[in-house]
Amino acid sequence: MTTIPLAIPRPVHPTGIWSWITTIDHKRIGILYGVTAFLMFFSGGIEALLIRIQLARPEQNLITPEIFNQLFTMHATTMIFLGVMPLSAAFFNFVVPLQIGARDVAFPRLNAFSYWTFLGGALILKMSWLTGSAPNGGWFGYSPLTGITYNPGHGIDVWILSLQVLGIASLAASFNFIVTILNMRAPGMGLMRMPLFTWMTLVTAILLVLAFPVITVALIELFFDRAFGMNFFNVAAGANAVLWQHLFWVFGHPEVYILILPAMGIVSDIIPVFSRKPLFGYGTVVLAGVIIAFMGWMVWSHHMFTVGLGPVANSVFAVTTMMIAVPTGIKVFNWMGTMWGGSLSFKTPMLFALGFVTMFVIGGISGVMHAIAPSDAQQQDTYFIVAHIHYVLFGGAIFAILAGVYYWFPKLTGRMYDEKQGQMHFWLMFIGQNITFFPMHFTGLNGMPRRIYSYYGGLGWDFWNLVSTLGALILAVGFLIFIYNMAKSWRKGEVAGSDPWDGRTLEWSIPSPPPEYNFVEIPHVEDRDDWWEEKQRRRERRAVPVVAGGSDADEGHDIHLPQPSYWPFFVSLGLFIGGMGLIYLMNVDADGIRTLNWAALTVTVAGLFMGVVSVYRWSFEPVNDPEPDGGHAAH
Amino acid sequence: MANATAAVTHGEHEPTTTGLDHRKLLMWAFLGSDCMFFGTLIATYLVYKNKSIEGALPIDVFDIPVTSVSTFVLLMSSMSMVMAYAWLTRGNLKAFRIWLASTAIMGATFLAFQMFEFRDFAVHGQLTPRTNLFGSTFFTLTGFHGAHVTLGVVWLLSILFHSFRKGGVTPEKNLDVDLAALYWHFVDIVWIVIFTVVYLFGVFEGFPGAAVSTGH
Amino acid sequence: MSQQEETRVEESQDAHSVHTGHPTPATYFKVAMALSILTAIEVGIFYITALSYAIIPILAILSIGKFALVVMYYMHLKFDHPIFSGMFFFGMFVATGVIFALMALFSWFLI
Ligand SMILES: [Cu+2]
Repeated sequence: MTTIPLAIPRPVHPTGIWSWITTIDHKRIGILYGVTAFLMFFSGGIEALLIRIQLARPEQNLITPEIFNQLFTMHATTMIFLGVMPLSAAFFNFVVPLQIGARDVAFPRLNAFSYWTFLGGALILKMSWLTGSAPNGGWFGYSPLTGITYNPGHGIDVWILSLQVLGIASLAASFNFIVTILNMRAPGMGLMRMPLFTWMTLVTAILLVLAFPVITVALIELFFDRAFGMNFFNVAAGANAVLWQHLFWVFGHPEVYILILPAMGIVSDIIPVFSRKPLFGYGTVVLAGVIIAFMGWMVWSHHMFTVGLGPVANSVFAVTTMMIAVPTGIKVFNWMGTMWGGSLSFKTPMLFALGFVTMFVIGGISGVMHAIAPSDAQQQDTYFIVAHIHYVLFGGAIFAILAGVYYWFPKLTGRMYDEKQGQMHFWLMFIGQNITFFPMHFTGLNGMPRRIYSYYGGLGWDFWNLVSTLGALILAVGFLIFIYNMAKSWRKGEVAGSDPWDGRTLEWSIPSPPPEYNFVEIPHVEDRDDWWEEKQRRRERRAVPVVAGGSDADEGHDIHLPQPSYWPFFVSLGLFIGGMGLIYLMNVDADGIRTLNWAALTVTVAGLFMGVVSVYRWSFEPVNDPEPDGGHAAH
Repeated sequence: MANATAAVTHGEHEPTTTGLDHRKLLMWAFLGSDCMFFGTLIATYLVYKNKSIEGALPIDVFDIPVTSVSTFVLLMSSMSMVMAYAWLTRGNLKAFRIWLASTAIMGATFLAFQMFEFRDFAVHGQLTPRTNLFGSTFFTLTGFHGAHVTLGVVWLLSILFHSFRKGGVTPEKNLDVDLAALYWHFVDIVWIVIFTVVYLFGVFEGFPGAAVSTGH
Repeated sequence: MSQQEETRVEESQDAHSVHTGHPTPATYFKVAMALSILTAIEVGIFYITALSYAIIPILAILSIGKFALVVMYYMHLKFDHPIFSGMFFFGMFVATGVIFALMALFSWFLI
């Protein structure tokens, strides 16, 4: 390998801020992802609380209609793209390499790039509160509401560009995990020996790389319409606004599986551990996940039953939607079968996993109700839909993510969370979830439309809205306990040991927190749930008590790890700057006259130039410097 | 869980589960994903085919013989690319450079044709991206294809310059070229689809959707 | 499953060093000739008005042929690991499905 002389030397920062900026260690990137995503999640939670407070009583005027539109748009966009997706990504990063017995991901620098780009996209979106131009078109931004005629200013442009930047981040991460999972498994780990979370990560990543290009194109078209006066969604020029809905939901429905499949993977790993039984019907669960990912492409128009697609289209999509409930149901029965006859222990991760199963079943059943097109016509755009989505995404995805947080917390930090506070958090969440979102079924069936900033009293909505708001406050208290528990236990929690749950998968075979190189020696996998089987084998051989391998740091001395790099960060910074510039590229006045904003153009070009130069430097920077001791784990 | 020996992670010689190179796997995943990108652009184009209310239509602006020539040039650039790769794996660096340079030149020629075509449409056909649905969808689809070609030309030229450095491009490191070649061929097959679906079908009046448009 | 994979690892360990099983420049040239001829036929056939609607399937088949030639020979999918074909054609398949579904939704069901 040739050495390219580098003007900027390779970063060598063992600690401090630059060590985080230049890190390419998948575990640290996982932490960055998790902490950032939780911050974003809480900001989305505050937006939700403001919405709930405004709706607590009829005819309140705490929030103007304009701000209210921005609030629900920002809340949903935040929760989906800055909350649930990156929280899943945090687990992909931290857990997957450990579960497959790898020392890092296939492309460590690409991994760093995906985090920093995600942060850039998140900042583009969230900073719009400060400039006063937060998007207000709803999270699916239906045309023509997002057109320049009905939505002047730069709010929608903020939404477009932040989603584009976030899309780049998600695509980079997904390509990385597809290759990592296919190509970096420990010897002996065939596809059908992979832990379920790794399986679902693979399926999710494949879904994502196929779904995101669709929304990318749709957003490009919308941006071209707004900025350059093209005609993609210009009805006056013969365009059909329904095309936006189709493109959005061709992406949007796979997207809901992108949100839920990692959650299902987490739960499928947790339930066996706390039932002390292997997952019931492993092959079926895997197959169900794959079928969901495949069928997820054939159902998108169930979001459009009231558009007027006609009876043929509505019937086709109704039937496919009902069919997709089958593999989901199969999974639920498998989780139940796993617990059947197991010796159950109801620690916090298990509680949240069970919370996931029950809440997700409720959300799934109301989902099947939506699949019946005539029934959906009654529920469309009411709070019934809001109830459904929160049962699957909050009661579903977020419960599973919290289960994962508690489950892997000892592995991540080496310390145990406070079990009593964890249980309290769970019960507050479980009760709060149902008090907040179950009444929305009633208000919805009573005809309360979603996205209204206020309502008159006496329509039968007053009481249940107040109940929902009280439930939201309970959820907020639950999360305060969660934050306290995490922050305190991370520093002062009991030392957890390497395998506190008597785990089944490879991540529990190494010390907590894992050393930089993860595995002193790459394990050789002989079974599904290999670490569990290994413990049984050692017990049979009456071997020395089982301890996780490699606590002696010196053993890792000869392991070559990929070295830190500046370039991923600077490519992301370039994308961030370029994205910020593009938002303000064109000024459109009230008469529809477009003028180029030269300052914005300069910023855009500067950002892109920075990105291109950094990409170039990145491509010519070897993963490891050729010096004999350059690549060793730093100690 | 016996410990496997010689599993030390290092450089690009590490063994992988499938025996395939990480980067090549990444490239194919990317190409699968890029199918969806162009698929959506083509879908938009087709959905709006013959739905334009005013302005120039495909039949008014397309010049099939001229586009056939540029299509031919792009097809031949694919052959040239694969030749470059074949010579590199056989260790003939000089032939590699010649074929690679000709690939880049043919790519640039294709882009020149496209620029000429865009200008011609605008000046003589009065067709811009703002004119009508056909203009918006056509320029966006072919424009993004052109952007892909441009990126490809830049990539090929970078490899060409890099090959003049000692050890920059070697038969052992043919994967660097292989990846660029895959990307280049992909851009070619996208054009094969665009040429038929947009240009040939565009001038043909009997395509589904045409009958619908007469009603409007 | 895993045993298969292990043998595959051994087989393809040197798969990216020198492509011994791959076609020669002569084959590449023949493919290029085929591509040129197919394009010529496409353009030529296009001016035969007598074909009427039959021209659509003919042109479609011809360009699918061109597509397949490039993918199989120039992109080596015919000789490479099936996982590459899987990744590419799954994307192709979904993209094609979406295109046809949208065409159907817009052109036929609404009217
Ligand atoms: Cu859906």
